[in-house]
Amino acid sequence: MISNLAFYLFSFILLASAVMVVTSRNPVHAVLFLILGFVNAAVLFLLAGAEFLAFILAIVYVGAVAVLFLFVVMMLDVDFAALHEGFQRYAPVGALVALIMFAELAFIAGNWAIAPSGSANRLFPMPEHVTNTVALGQLIYTSYLPLFQLSGVILLVAMIGAIVLTHRDRQRSLHQNIAVQHARKPEHTLVMVNAKLGEGAALPVQPTEKETL
Amino acid sequence: MSLFWDTNLGILILTVLKTLALVVPLLIGVAYLTYFERKVMGAIQLRKGPNVVGPFGLMQPFADALKMLTKETIIPTGADKVLFVLAPMITFGLAIIAWAVIPVNNGWGIANINVGVLYLFAISSLGVYGVIIAGWASNSKYAFLGALRSAAQMVSYEVSMGFVMVTVLILAGSLNLNAIVLAQKHLWFAVPLFPLFVIFFISGLAETNRAPFDLAEGESEIVAGFFVEYSAMSFALFFLGEYANMIMISGMTTVLFLGGWLSPLPFLANGVLWFLIKVFICLFVFVWVRATLPRYRYDQLMALGWKVFLPISLVYLVAVAGAVEYFGWLPNA
Repeated sequence: MISNLAFYLFSFILLASAVMVVTSRNPVHAVLFLILGFVNAAVLFLLAGAEFLAFILAIVYVGAVAVLFLFVVMMLDVDFAALHEGFQRYAPVGALVALIMFAELAFIAGNWAIAPSGSANRLFPMPEHVTNTVALGQLIYTSYLPLFQLSGVILLVAMIGAIVLTHRDRQRSLHQNIAVQHARKPEHTLVMVNAKLGEGAALPVQPTEKETL
Repeated sequence: MSLFWDTNLGILILTVLKTLALVVPLLIGVAYLTYFERKVMGAIQLRKGPNVVGPFGLMQPFADALKMLTKETIIPTGADKVLFVLAPMITFGLAIIAWAVIPVNNGWGIANINVGVLYLFAISSLGVYGVIIAGWASNSKYAFLGALRSAAQMVSYEVSMGFVMVTVLILAGSLNLNAIVLAQKHLWFAVPLFPLFVIFFISGLAETNRAPFDLAEGESEIVAGFFVEYSAMSFALFFLGEYANMIMISGMTTVLFLGGWLSPLPFLANGVLWFLIKVFICLFVFVWVRATLPRYRYDQLMALGWKVFLPISLVYLVAVAGAVEYFGWLPNA
């Protein structure tokens, strides 16, 4: 009974904060409501007995992703009025999409039934007598190891992509390249010019080669 | 009688009592930690420290608290009022609720949950919100700069802290803090993982924004950092939150590396006293570091986190995992 009440309480807060994410006028408030939503989703996982997922959600989304998100939103100079001009215009489209989604969900929920033999046909039945951290580990690091590694590689690719997109070598700092310095010969840098008496000397014009110090 | 304690009401009353038994000493500890810090720093710097209020200045924390309570809370114009008031509560509250899983003696935690380490890590990673929200809600440049600095700092040091924790739980074979302490029965993890122990403690300094990593409140550059606009009780909550966080990090260090309540000498009994002594030693080192070392420069701080601690902890993690697998030292395998 109490766990049912807790479920309704936390899912109500989750839905309310999700609504506030979309409707709040201030983007920083929106992100903070998003964080509240994440926390409540983690609590719902806890209520379902998935303690590992709950805390990973809290650590990854609340502790890391949302912090960076908040960072960016705070630094942006957003014109709040301009942001809300579009709201009126796009509201009907959004409402339509929401209606379709809701209808689909209602359709699925109305017709959904788990076959009596369903749980017997599972590839990996719920293990008993182990905590769900151990159970997850035993699956991920054995049967699904290639997929797990692959998802890691995908994340790595995304990270490298982000760095490549944003990294610009502006040549602002003077790097010392020791290999270039060692390879330099006197004829690269020294020119002997004979100065004639009474005329002085000028360096012959050379194509300058750009190189690091 | 035993039936009553198994009902919902009984569990509720029991939990409240347990919480009170933990939180009240903790709050007194937080108050006296401020006194302890001032005394120790006084001794290190050849001063007397507080010595006027009460015998040996022992009533100083209460005098400070009364002063803070009677002052006026000022909310700056243009501040986001709700968030401005909320931020110190978040900071202080998070420092307190982390204690829900820390076992002070065998089975003496409020909640003995399976994923205690994850809980601690999640709570300590939430601590950054109090700082960011305070900086943003103050509507002040100095506060905002301080908040940005400390957010970047806390996020950076969390990464290596996470890897250190993973290494510990590979050796312990459990995420349960009680089980982690029991796994150190023969050898505290501070011995085989000594470099990680040092990294963890230094990251703890950075995580709590303590000297030499107190850039968030670098007085000489940005006045007081993220809480520059706070006054009276809201300031006191930040102040106490910092000290509560110090105790929390000391508690985490004790549980993860120093064998919690386990006695260091085989002929002495284990007990909660050992836990307190170890936490106390960690706190002393916190104060000692503050009184001794100058503040880091910001780029040095970032370089230390990302270029020194992260690679060391990563390599150590791989080495420990490899050794454990190769020699078959895996616990509960």
